[in-house]
Amino acid sequence: MNIAALAPLAVVLPILGAALTFLLIRHSRAQRAVSIALLSLTLALECLLLASAWESGTAAVTIGGWLPPWGIVMVVDQFSSLMLVVSSAVSLAVLVYATGQGMADGDQDAPVSIFHPTYLILVAGVSNAFLSGDLFNLYVGFEILLTASYVLMTLGGTGPRIRAGVTYVVVSVVSSVLFLIAIAMVYGATGTVNMADLAMKLGELDQGTRTLLHVMLLVAFGIKAAVFPLSFWLPDSYPTAPAPVTAVFAGLLTKVGVYAMVRTETLLFPGDALNTPLMVAALLTMVVGILGALAQSDVKRLLSFTLVSHIGYMVFGLAMSSAAGLAAAVFYVAHHITIQTSLFLVTGLIERRGGSSSVDRLGGLAKLSPLLALLFFVPAMNLAGIPPFSGFLGKVGLLQAGVELGTPLAYALVVGGVVTSLLTLLAVARVWNRAFWRRPTDAEHPDPVLLAAPAARVSGPGAKPNDTVTLLPRTMVGSTMGLVVIGVALTLFAGPLFELSGHAARDMLDRTPYIHAVLGDGSPVPAAPVVGGGR
Amino acid sequence: MSINLTLLIVMGALYACGIYLILERSLTRVLLGLMLLANATNLLILATGGYAGLAPLFSKDIAAQDYNDPLPQALILTSIVISFAVTAFMLGIIYRTWVLARQDDIQDDVEDLRVAETPSFDAEDDAEVPAETSEFPLATVTAGAREMPAEDAAAEEQPGSLNVDPRPMEASPEGGGQ
Repeated sequence: MNIAALAPLAVVLPILGAALTFLLIRHSRAQRAVSIALLSLTLALECLLLASAWESGTAAVTIGGWLPPWGIVMVVDQFSSLMLVVSSAVSLAVLVYATGQGMADGDQDAPVSIFHPTYLILVAGVSNAFLSGDLFNLYVGFEILLTASYVLMTLGGTGPRIRAGVTYVVVSVVSSVLFLIAIAMVYGATGTVNMADLAMKLGELDQGTRTLLHVMLLVAFGIKAAVFPLSFWLPDSYPTAPAPVTAVFAGLLTKVGVYAMVRTETLLFPGDALNTPLMVAALLTMVVGILGALAQSDVKRLLSFTLVSHIGYMVFGLAMSSAAGLAAAVFYVAHHITIQTSLFLVTGLIERRGGSSSVDRLGGLAKLSPLLALLFFVPAMNLAGIPPFSGFLGKVGLLQAGVELGTPLAYALVVGGVVTSLLTLLAVARVWNRAFWRRPTDAEHPDPVLLAAPAARVSGPGAKPNDTVTLLPRTMVGSTMGLVVIGVALTLFAGPLFELSGHAARDMLDRTPYIHAVLGDGSPVPAAPVVGGGR
Repeated sequence: MSINLTLLIVMGALYACGIYLILERSLTRVLLGLMLLANATNLLILATGGYAGLAPLFSKDIAAQDYNDPLPQALILTSIVISFAVTAFMLGIIYRTWVLARQDDIQDDVEDLRVAETPSFDAEDDAEVPAETSEFPLATVTAGAREMPAEDAAAEEQPGSLNVDPRPMEASPEGGGQ
């Protein structure tokens, strides 16, 4: 309980860091030290929060002493604290990678001095969204992270980034407006925006109003999470950003949308009212996403499409509204944040080493840099769900839950999940074969870097216009390796993690711990809806 | 809860104009549309507070239902600040687009156009050279490197390759690109 009272620090520390790094804008060395130190501190704090949520259960912190139905609360439960820990670990790795890149390139490519404050504000927004126990505060969290992401997306202001940034900003603003309309409607219908209070009051509304609010919220979050019909914007806008920015966006931003969908489905609108449309959306997301990935020749775009595709797995787990399905979805979110981010970081390294991120121009990287090949191979196989890895375990959990449910649609999703997994393997194997395995001379448009004489490769003239550039700086490789190791660790510690996500899923479906933590132990919790009943 | 009809009509008009404008291709109009949408939503939030009442300054003589609901106004204030920031950023982007491209339009995605123009992903399927059945040289031919590698490949493959005997597919390391 006492440790949970520190929860607001998970938001305050990054914002403090942003202020400090903004003051230090002319001292890049101090800026790097401050931002890495504060983010590490945040990560340590969030590990404590996770431990306290594991031992003493869900806890709520009231901000400013205003009591829950009126004031803003932050809720630390197992799901939110797990998300906090994973997201901060990933953002720390990306931050180290980005500073490595900045140091290696001498910071001319982009105004990196603004990178640190913006990045820390992004982390604060993500933490705020995960911790928020209040619908409007969730909106504010989303806006904090989105506004920071607009700046990061268009860092440097080059033509392609501005073009991609326009799509991204307009789509994000429209989804935010939808979310705000939904909040206004929820407030008009119930007179509260506190999520625990809403959990009690939304059940009393009539069917039509409830469905309207439910659909509005899911559409708003679906755009942010890139669920199929609403996912068109993602592959257009993510790949043009700088590599570390794309990595952190791919890892975190869509998952915040998934997190909000999970809360909507479990806390606000429990039961299976919209499960069928969600399942159809999940199936389409998986299949259409991965088919898009197969048509791409640029590794970044290909990975963006696999990102969309794998969001489908999480929505699938969520749409089953069974403890097993939800637990597998929670596990899958944690796994996917780590894996997708490390793949994008490796792609950044590929681009530096091979001069391009298009598989038409790459070749022979396995011989050129075996370490890079290993760093790509492990998370790629993990993403495709090859047996020993956590991707396999998460998918097996989802498929088992689907078979347990046993409806025809669930079986269709099980089949779709297996097919998507195989097609993911095909997509990453194509990258492997072309970028790493074949001879550079076999590439359709071989990049000059790859064809240069071995002596000229490392830093000689002809490798890059700027001949002082280090192709694979140790900091960047180190942070990528760290993230890959975390991904492997998720496999080794899959047992405890599955236990944790199982607990989290049961608590979320039960709703009592959440509502009691926010509104006090005496508050009557509306009867848990019967699964399969028509709520 | 009662609702002010004028507010409702204004809100509807703002939504209609906003949606019309964000469907335009000119960035400035899109920005205006987003601003209208944000303000329409602010009116919607205001409407959820019901009829205007007294300022919510506590006094013992006033009954609770005579006060205005302060929460929607606080929400609107927050959302105004947010849309202000986004508008400023969008103006920056529009200016930058104009500096870079001297135009105010939303541009098509280059990669999307490329994928759309690609007739078929598997170029071998509808390649113009039917005589050659071994897929590896064809892949280099059709994928665009038409000068040296293609000729080399053709010269290498010519003897006895008239669609009769595709040479046994060797486990070749350059194989996986299809």
